[in-house]
Amino acid sequence: MTTTHLQRARTRHPRNPQAAVRRRERLTAAGMVSPAVLLLLVFFVIPVVLAFALAFTNARLISPTPAHFVGLQNFKLLFQDPVFFRSLLNTFIFAAVVVPLQAGLALALALLVNTKVGGTNFFRTVYFIPVVTSMVVVSIVWTFLYQKTGLINHLINTLTFGHVHGPDWLNDPSTALPAIIFMSVWQGVGFHMVIWLSGLQTIPADLHEAAAIDGADRWAQFRYVTWPGLRATRTFVLITITIDALRLFTQVNVMTQGGPLDSTTTVVYQAVHAGYQQQQTAYASAISLVFFVIVLAVSLIQRFLTREKD
Amino acid sequence: MRSNARRLAGTSVAILTAAAVLAGCASGSTGSGSGADADTLTLWTHNAGNADEYKVVQKVVDDFNASQSKYKVKIQAFPQGSYNDAVVAAAAAKKLPCILDADGPNVPNWAWGGYLAPLDLSGSETAVADQLPSTVGTYNDKLYSFGHYDVALTMFARKSVLQEHNIRIPTLDKPWTKDEFDAALATLKAGGKFEQPLEMGTGGSGEWWPYAYSPQLQSFGGDLIDRSDYKSAKDALDGPEAVAWATWFRSLVTKGYMAQKGGASPNDDFLNGKSAIEWDGSWDAAKNAAKLGDDLAILPPVDLGKGPKIGGASWQWGMSNTCSNKAGAQEYLKFSRKTQYFVDFAKATGTIPATAGAAAQIPGYQPGGPYEIFSQSARKFAVVRPVTPAYPFISSVYEKTAKDILAGADPQKTLSQAADQIDSNLKTNNYYAG
Repeated sequence: MTTTHLQRARTRHPRNPQAAVRRRERLTAAGMVSPAVLLLLVFFVIPVVLAFALAFTNARLISPTPAHFVGLQNFKLLFQDPVFFRSLLNTFIFAAVVVPLQAGLALALALLVNTKVGGTNFFRTVYFIPVVTSMVVVSIVWTFLYQKTGLINHLINTLTFGHVHGPDWLNDPSTALPAIIFMSVWQGVGFHMVIWLSGLQTIPADLHEAAAIDGADRWAQFRYVTWPGLRATRTFVLITITIDALRLFTQVNVMTQGGPLDSTTTVVYQAVHAGYQQQQTAYASAISLVFFVIVLAVSLIQRFLTREKD
Repeated sequence: MRSNARRLAGTSVAILTAAAVLAGCASGSTGSGSGADADTLTLWTHNAGNADEYKVVQKVVDDFNASQSKYKVKIQAFPQGSYNDAVVAAAAAKKLPCILDADGPNVPNWAWGGYLAPLDLSGSETAVADQLPSTVGTYNDKLYSFGHYDVALTMFARKSVLQEHNIRIPTLDKPWTKDEFDAALATLKAGGKFEQPLEMGTGGSGEWWPYAYSPQLQSFGGDLIDRSDYKSAKDALDGPEAVAWATWFRSLVTKGYMAQKGGASPNDDFLNGKSAIEWDGSWDAAKNAAKLGDDLAILPPVDLGKGPKIGGASWQWGMSNTCSNKAGAQEYLKFSRKTQYFVDFAKATGTIPATAGAAAQIPGYQPGGPYEIFSQSARKFAVVRPVTPAYPFISSVYEKTAKDILAGADPQKTLSQAADQIDSNLKTNNYYAG
């Protein structure tokens, strides 16, 4: 009875089988996506929500008493903390220098290794080696290089015939941050070179040929063919470098621990330091929350500036 | 197709539910206790990377397991670097083992946080009263931990170098005064053989900073906190004595006596003749004696005004508060207090045995032995780090402050800031009242 009824219903509504397929697909999709959703929930959404909530409490890493709500007290303390402003300043100086420098250098390298001469694969590998090396290892090695009697100062001394003695790079407040910037650019440039390279290779070769036939020189080809062709890559590189630069932590943690005299402290370093060494979970959450808002704002502004204009 | 999709969705939902239920159970079921499965107790130690000390722990546990049939102790070892994090994480998940070791200065914090349970060690072979005071961890008049050994800060030098520069070799009864020490450094520097005659381990980080340099602050008359009530760091940390310490500490760098940031292996630098005097721990004594023989001079700390001072307290044993078999845990801890084990630990680690009875059995530590100076120092000069749950915070603030001072920060301003930070932390935490 029911069967015939259903069959009749189906013949009357020919869109029904389609709906069944769609429902099936929806179930499959839900099944496929649920492991990822679970992981995202446990390791991303819940921690973020917790961090935001903890910022308004007096939670500590170790405490016999449960945390209770303290309103904006953590933020009040934070905005009176001179180290926090120094951290913000350092973080933004780092980003302001690293973003254009690293993106520009990476593009230059990508253009170089994109030419059709022998051995480009070798250079691509060479530039990429620092990227696959762990940042902790890179930082330790560079700490040795930067020592007062390290390799870099020896080089400077030799190249200037003994006239210039390099500073104690990481122990001098005026050179510590530039030293970390230099090393970070060296480490990260290979990664973005590869991204630029993939962008360059999506530009059809005939466009360059046509431009060459029209008499465009190398600069004109770059200006009117290559650069516009890299639009999407540009946006991606810009935003990833910025976010990467803003969350500077490993180098500082290994090489300087924020010193000397707070010249290399950064927001993320301060948050980790407050949260673990000083056990102030709530304060660290407040730092993270403020930082999240800042990074979000920066990304949104960049997204707005690099949007499709037509 | 259709049933496949359903099955997939169904399975996913089932997995999700199972995961949630498991997670819920895990947090729910351990509320009552942890660290013991009936009479099998878990023991945590920081000795995964310290083979010699680990062997002794292993021996004590094996002996204990063989000595009776009721309890069984199982060891789990962690690398020292991540040990504290493991304990804090386990405590948050209420999964602490029954028996664990702790670095001395952390004990008040862990006792206050409810990680550790008070101990009753009466009836064990060694009485707690017989131990070096710095090897016993108490908080709020309750005993929470005890250690088998302590370490002492000391200065190493070469007798030949000191004699060559006409520098008096100090003794326990007559240590160097501040002026004498400064003059010795000036002489060594002027001698031209040492670019930086003093090595105080300024390339290190973490707990080494408060351990090594706060005794010097105390020797000047300052301290990390006012110990009368542990409620403020004002005056103690930023008073005139503390400022005098900071000024002196910085002057060691500006006068070229010491590196602002020393090398990665200060003891090797000393042994290789790069530095003349090394501020180090007693743990390097045996190694130095092996290399330098009779030329090695083991010097007492400098009297910077208020008498020589060194840090006290090293690793100690305690019992977790969530332990579900406290009787068994105490049984083990009492068993581990045989004089034999005090001897074994001190021998294996080159440290100061916690009791005089054990010291008498260790070559070098007997009265008149070359290392007796360490036991004496520990007895006469040791100051434990402030016994307050705020210690981890104080320690981290002090480390940063001392580093800033060496880098040239204004002493008064930096110390006042540090004192303010500590006071604000104490106030925010309601002075760590239970």
